[in-house]
Amino acid sequence: MQHGKYRFIVGFLAVPLGLYALFVVWPFIQSIYYSFTDWTGLSPEFKMVGVDNYTRMFHDDIFWKSLWHSLLFALLLPLVTISLALFFAFMINAGGRRRKGGPAVTGVRGSSFYKIVYFFPQVLSIAIVALLFAFAYNPDSGAINSLLRGIGLGSVQPLWLGDPNLALWCVMAVLVWSTVGFFVVLFSAGMASIPADLYEAALLDGAGRAGTFFRITLPLLWDTVQSGWVYMGILALGAESFAVVQIMTTGPGGPDYSTTVLVLYVYQKAFRDGQAAYATTIGVALLVVTLLFAAVVMRLGRRERLEF
Amino acid sequence: MKTTETPAPIPAESGASVSKAEVSPARPPRRKREGTVLNVFSHGMLVLWAFMVVMPLLWAVMTSFKDDNSIFSSPWSLPDKLHFDNWARAWTDANMSDYFLNTVLVVGGSLIGTLVLGSMAAYVLARFDFPGNRFIYYLFIGGMSFPIMLALVPLFYVVNNMGLLNTIHGLILVYIAYSLPFTVFFLTAFFRSLPTSVAEAAFVDGASHTRTFFQIMLPMAKPGLISVGIFNFLGQWNQYMLPTVLNTDPDKHVLTQGLVQLAASQGYKGDWSGLFAGLVMAMLPVLAAYIVFQRQVVQGLTAGALK
Repeated sequence: MQHGKYRFIVGFLAVPLGLYALFVVWPFIQSIYYSFTDWTGLSPEFKMVGVDNYTRMFHDDIFWKSLWHSLLFALLLPLVTISLALFFAFMINAGGRRRKGGPAVTGVRGSSFYKIVYFFPQVLSIAIVALLFAFAYNPDSGAINSLLRGIGLGSVQPLWLGDPNLALWCVMAVLVWSTVGFFVVLFSAGMASIPADLYEAALLDGAGRAGTFFRITLPLLWDTVQSGWVYMGILALGAESFAVVQIMTTGPGGPDYSTTVLVLYVYQKAFRDGQAAYATTIGVALLVVTLLFAAVVMRLGRRERLEF
Repeated sequence: MKTTETPAPIPAESGASVSKAEVSPARPPRRKREGTVLNVFSHGMLVLWAFMVVMPLLWAVMTSFKDDNSIFSSPWSLPDKLHFDNWARAWTDANMSDYFLNTVLVVGGSLIGTLVLGSMAAYVLARFDFPGNRFIYYLFIGGMSFPIMLALVPLFYVVNNMGLLNTIHGLILVYIAYSLPFTVFFLTAFFRSLPTSVAEAAFVDGASHTRTFFQIMLPMAKPGLISVGIFNFLGQWNQYMLPTVLNTDPDKHVLTQGLVQLAASQGYKGDWSGLFAGLVMAMLPVLAAYIVFQRQVVQGLTAGALK
């Protein structure tokens, strides 16, 4: 296998690696460098300013707000989404009525229907979902308030995205709506591979459904839950929160900075305010947060691997 | 009693069914009733969520057939008649046809590029030992957990300096570059799982490395290519952040951007029904594709988190 091996390796790697280095690796390195300069992005001139941008960032209230919201996105969002998804997946796979002579654990009737329907939002663009819900949240003519009026709750007409106390939750709800189905399907696949005799043994020992879930399903599914958490956290810190906040909220990021997130703040500083260097500084903070988040979840969640 | 007389290696199944038969009737009735209540509750939740998922989508479809007035006055009423003209207006006046074409071009180009370049890199990394192999592999993998927005600030200027800003081919190259980490990660694992004997036999018969790859390994890797292809197709079709930064020319907009742009400008033009028609138009192809290729789509998308 030695003949012409290195020529082949170089030939096959050159284009993908070159493209990746030019458009991904090089900009990452550059942006860390730029965070120590006063580059505006508008002109090619800049000079080194040391850690000035970082000092400024630590005194920037909007930065702290964005950081707090981003952390909420990374921690709370997966918590709610994954809990809901685990519940649904367990019901779909093990919630069925026990039939005489059938297996000890069965799925509910129509389980494949649920899985198909729940997955719908996952194939849609988050941008389209955000637009759709922006209409639904409209306080005057939106579907939600109109529904409230229809069922006699005309006095309850929240401003939703216009209310600084509600806006962030409204945005998060949209991400929950669009990701639960993905995790239901993911966990279902995991649950299907748990051997049925484990359930049978637990049922013989008199375990109820909750007991079966916490003592058998969850521990055996732990690896999937954990990597799912990291996967969703990274998305929620980055592309997904950018799309929903930028499209749905006023400002964007408002009202009164109540929904701004780090990734949006980077974008605004760089492409709206002409402060590219400061934007990369916030971007570096976002990088640190993302890596810390992944490390902490992997570390805290580490358990002895169960073989089955 | 018969079971006790059967020889020692009882098949596990018969043992289990016997014990079940013994236990089931002995169950206290209380648990049964509790089970029924729980069943009603959990089924209720399942139905409710299905309803919550489908409702907004049906609402959007319904709204796309209404006229502007009734969209605002009574969001939940059925359309008085089916206003197909909304769809026609969205397709022509609101430039949906252009956005579709741009998206098809960008996604088509970048999907092919991603699969070809990704499988080439993955094959070399999976099957050949050379200094720097691990380093390059982790360089690719690292890209999965880094926030893209950080790179986008300098990337804008890199792309601009190369004259690729607001061009379809520029966008294709960037899409490929940002799709490579996951593609390489997934396909490297896949190529490692394939048997080596076939490729070796081909090599002994005098096939070159390149020929072995294209004629033997790629066809063998088809299931993996389909999974990762679907994953990338949906990711690239639905991409919003990259084009928002790198593709600011309205004529070059892709679907997601075009719709957001349209929503922002509707405040002045007031053609909301046309906008809804556009939204539904953008949703339908992916939903239809999902329903047809359901199993492959689910496999492709969940492959990412399971690995």
